[in-house]
Amino acid sequence: MVNTSVNLSGLSLDNPVIPASGTFGFGYEFAELYDINILGSFSFKGTTKDARFGNPTPRIAECTSGLINSVGLQNPGVEQVIAEELPKLKQCFSKKVIANISGFSIDEYVYTCEKLDREEQVGLLEVNISCPNVHGGGMSFGTSCASAAEVTKAVKKVTTKPVYIKLSPNVTDITEIAKACEDAGADGISMINTLMGMRIDLKTKKPVIANKSGGFSGPAIFPVAVSMVYRVYDAVKIPIIGMGGISSAEDVIEMMLAGASAVEVGAANLVDPFACKKIIEALPDAMQKYGINNLQDITGGAH
Amino acid sequence: MKNVLYTVQKNQQLTDSVYHMELAGDTSAITAPGQFINIKLDSLYLRRPISVYDCRDGMVSIIYKVVGKGTQLMSRLPVETKLDCLTGLGNGFDTSVSGENPVVIGGGVGVPPMYYLAKKMIAEGKSVTAILGFNTANEIFAAEEFSAIGAKTILATADGSVGVKGFVTDALQGLDYSYFYACGPEPMLKALYNNTRTSGQLSFEERMGCGFGACMGCSCKTKYGNKRICKDGPVLVKEEIIW
Repeated sequence: MVNTSVNLSGLSLDNPVIPASGTFGFGYEFAELYDINILGSFSFKGTTKDARFGNPTPRIAECTSGLINSVGLQNPGVEQVIAEELPKLKQCFSKKVIANISGFSIDEYVYTCEKLDREEQVGLLEVNISCPNVHGGGMSFGTSCASAAEVTKAVKKVTTKPVYIKLSPNVTDITEIAKACEDAGADGISMINTLMGMRIDLKTKKPVIANKSGGFSGPAIFPVAVSMVYRVYDAVKIPIIGMGGISSAEDVIEMMLAGASAVEVGAANLVDPFACKKIIEALPDAMQKYGINNLQDITGGAH
Repeated sequence: MKNVLYTVQKNQQLTDSVYHMELAGDTSAITAPGQFINIKLDSLYLRRPISVYDCRDGMVSIIYKVVGKGTQLMSRLPVETKLDCLTGLGNGFDTSVSGENPVVIGGGVGVPPMYYLAKKMIAEGKSVTAILGFNTANEIFAAEEFSAIGAKTILATADGSVGVKGFVTDALQGLDYSYFYACGPEPMLKALYNNTRTSGQLSFEERMGCGFGACMGCSCKTKYGNKRICKDGPVLVKEEIIW
């Protein structure tokens, strides 16, 4: 019998497979199809202080082996997430969830993280720093070591649960940002967020997406993610949740060999709602095939 | 929603760019006209959402227009091809509010879902009028099928080559109806919104990511709150629409 369990800063998971924020809603659509308690955990829809409708449509553009999305963090706001979504989610998911949090100022991050940290269902906070800093000239928090560290410090001060910072790959050197987060007290790194991308419609000769650019995800970015996780694993000592185009049990193993302690599955859920279930079910056989008995032993094995 | 592996039974060209495909397999998830299926095609990442044209036990059929890579691939699929589909997606039309003599209005590729709807309401004993709008005579498809099931069928063409010259709204002039149902291009839907006397239900299109409510790729604002076209729609009631 192989052992698929892994551990993230004290949060133990039956397996490393976590649906990525924004591709699994609050779980109900998937709970209609299968028992989602088989998941390691699940990162719920990116939550902000206030409710957001998000960006105008079209928000989706297809690419070779992937898609671009520009949803714009549509969510009902943290109060409603706590009052309505989390109780509903509890009906279909009994394990700890990962709270994915976004903000447009340090105060917003602090406010939302503090609220969600108090929720018993939440096992870990995943702080998305790819949002523009409205008080800092609109540059994303994740593109400078100083602002990434500032968010990390501020959030750590008001929370008790592990804080993982979700990094944007759209930076000069992601290892520097990761180190800055580690130095500021982050318990882990979650990576990578989507790559900036654009498609242009040849008929209209305009960008397909209303917001022009969006985040590119899917199998096409898997090698980019593996390479970045590999480099960040060398740069920091804190655990990494690896993501970017994971679509199979083999991809999970590869990402873990690069340095991930657990993985998130994103775009694949949108094409195949059973993607996570299939990956989890295929994992023991894939482990056996590659002579792996204890999955958590392989993290960083490629180094 | 169900994930079903369908078998292509028929893939027949109806006009220059419009095809009729019949798929054999489990149809139990399709519970209302106006729902759609989301089709996985080899080599393309996202599924292709296509509305249901007709459905009976074990057989669902779609009518689609070749507009891009996905529909082009579909048009070349031979009989016996297996297609991975998510079925029974979307809310569909509610026929319980139609009254005795509803009108169904389809424009271009908005025509197909109105067939299954008309068929259902005729089976419910209602007197159904179908207004079908096309650009020109050689783009017309499925019109005889509406007549065959007993819908009073009125054709409208933009160039006047067949039927009423003009748009579906011109064909609607003077018609007596209890309720309306519509699917077609957005300008057509908007014109109907502004030129109908009764309440109605309108089916919308949007670029989708997943097609089952997970990604928020196709959200829209309504008077009843934010809705996802794929899951809470594609059918919206007239009263909730914000243009």
